[in-house]
Amino acid sequence: MAEFKLPKNSRMGEGKVWPKPEGATNTREYRIYRWTPDDGRNPRIDTYYVDADDCGPMVLDALIYIKDKVDPTLTFRRSCREGICGSCAMNIDGTNTLACTKGADECSHEIVKIYPLPHMPVVKDLVPDLTRFYAQHRSIEPWLKTTTPEPENEWLQSYEDRRKLDGLYECILCACCSTSCPSYWWNGDRYLGPAVLLQAYRWLIDSRDEATGERLDNLEDPFRLYRCHTIMNCSQACPKGLNPAKAIAEIKKMMVERRV
Amino acid sequence: MTDMRTPLGKVRGLGSAKDGTSHFWRQRLTAVANVFLISFFVVLVIALQGADYASFTEALKNPIISTLLLLVILVGCLHMKLGMQVIIEDYFHSEGRKLLLLIGNTFFASFIALASVVAVLKISFGG
Repeated sequence: MAEFKLPKNSRMGEGKVWPKPEGATNTREYRIYRWTPDDGRNPRIDTYYVDADDCGPMVLDALIYIKDKVDPTLTFRRSCREGICGSCAMNIDGTNTLACTKGADECSHEIVKIYPLPHMPVVKDLVPDLTRFYAQHRSIEPWLKTTTPEPENEWLQSYEDRRKLDGLYECILCACCSTSCPSYWWNGDRYLGPAVLLQAYRWLIDSRDEATGERLDNLEDPFRLYRCHTIMNCSQACPKGLNPAKAIAEIKKMMVERRV
Repeated sequence: MTDMRTPLGKVRGLGSAKDGTSHFWRQRLTAVANVFLISFFVVLVIALQGADYASFTEALKNPIISTLLLLVILVGCLHMKLGMQVIIEDYFHSEGRKLLLLIGNTFFASFIALASVVAVLKISFGG
C-alpha cells in the first residue's frame, strides 16, 4: 500500500531555536528541516532568525546568511544563484521551487518553512539523493539519434521545427516537478516522472532525430508513461514556467496517433 | 538483501511493456460514451419515476431502450474495471496482492456486467 504516514525514523520533531541576531530590528523567521545520517536521530525542525536588513531578498540569500552567520552545519546545494543550474531546488513555503529565484517576501506566510524535495531519500538537511532521477533521465537516451550518415556540416532544421523545442529545452532538471507529483511519490521506481517525460518529448519532437518510434516503444508502458493522471502539480511547481503536463499529453497523443 | 544493481539497471528493470495505450484509449472512449449513456440513464430513471412494475417492464421491452440500457451496463462496467485497475496499480506495491486484486477486479466487473445484462434481457424478452 501507499504510505500516508512517514516511517518512524523519518518523523520530525522540534529542533533548536537559534538566537535572534543582535541589534536586528527587521527579522524574518525560518523553520528548516535538519537531518544528518551521523547521529542516528530523527529529523527535526530548527528555527532561525535572519536579519532582513543585512541579507539579500531571496530565500537562498537567507540560507547563505544562516550558514555564514548562525549555523555553519546547515547543508544545502547551491551554485549559480540565478535559476539556471537547478541545484537549490527545495520545498519552500509548501511548494517545490528554487531558493535562488524565490523571494522571501513572496512567501505566503510570515514564517518561511523549508524542507528538502519531497519523497526523495535525504543525504543531509536540504540535500536530496537524486541518483534515481538522473538514471531515469539517462534511460530515455537524451541525445540526438540518427542512422543517416552525418552531414559534413550541421544537421539542418527549419525555423518552424526549431520553435517546437521552445518550452522544452529550457528545463534545467531541478526535479521540482517530478518530486511534486503524487504519482511519482507512489511509483517513482517505475514511473519516469514529469521532468524526464518532458525531456523525452524534447527528443521525440526534434525534427533531426530519427529514433522517434524506438523512443515511443521505450516509453509505451503502463508505468513509465501512463502513471501520469494529469494532476498538474508539475506545471504548477516548475520554477522555469514550463508545462511538463502538456508535454506528457503530447506523448500520449503520439502513442494514439501511431495506432489509429 | 543489498541490491547492488546500478541505478540505470534498476530504472530499466524488465523493460517497457509495449502496452498501456490500449488501456488509455479505452478509458477515454468509454468516458466519452458514458457522457451520453449516463445522461440517457438519468433521463430514463426520471421518466420512470413513480411508475409501477408493469409500465417499467413495458418500457424495457422497447428494443431501443433495452439496447441503450445494455450499453450503459457494458460500457459502464468496462469503465469501472479500467478505472479500478489504475487505482490498484497506483496504490498496491506488493506484487502478489496487486495481482490478486487485479484478478478480483476483472471477475467483479464481469459478474456485475453479465448479471445486469441477464436481468435486462430477461425483462425485455418477457421472462
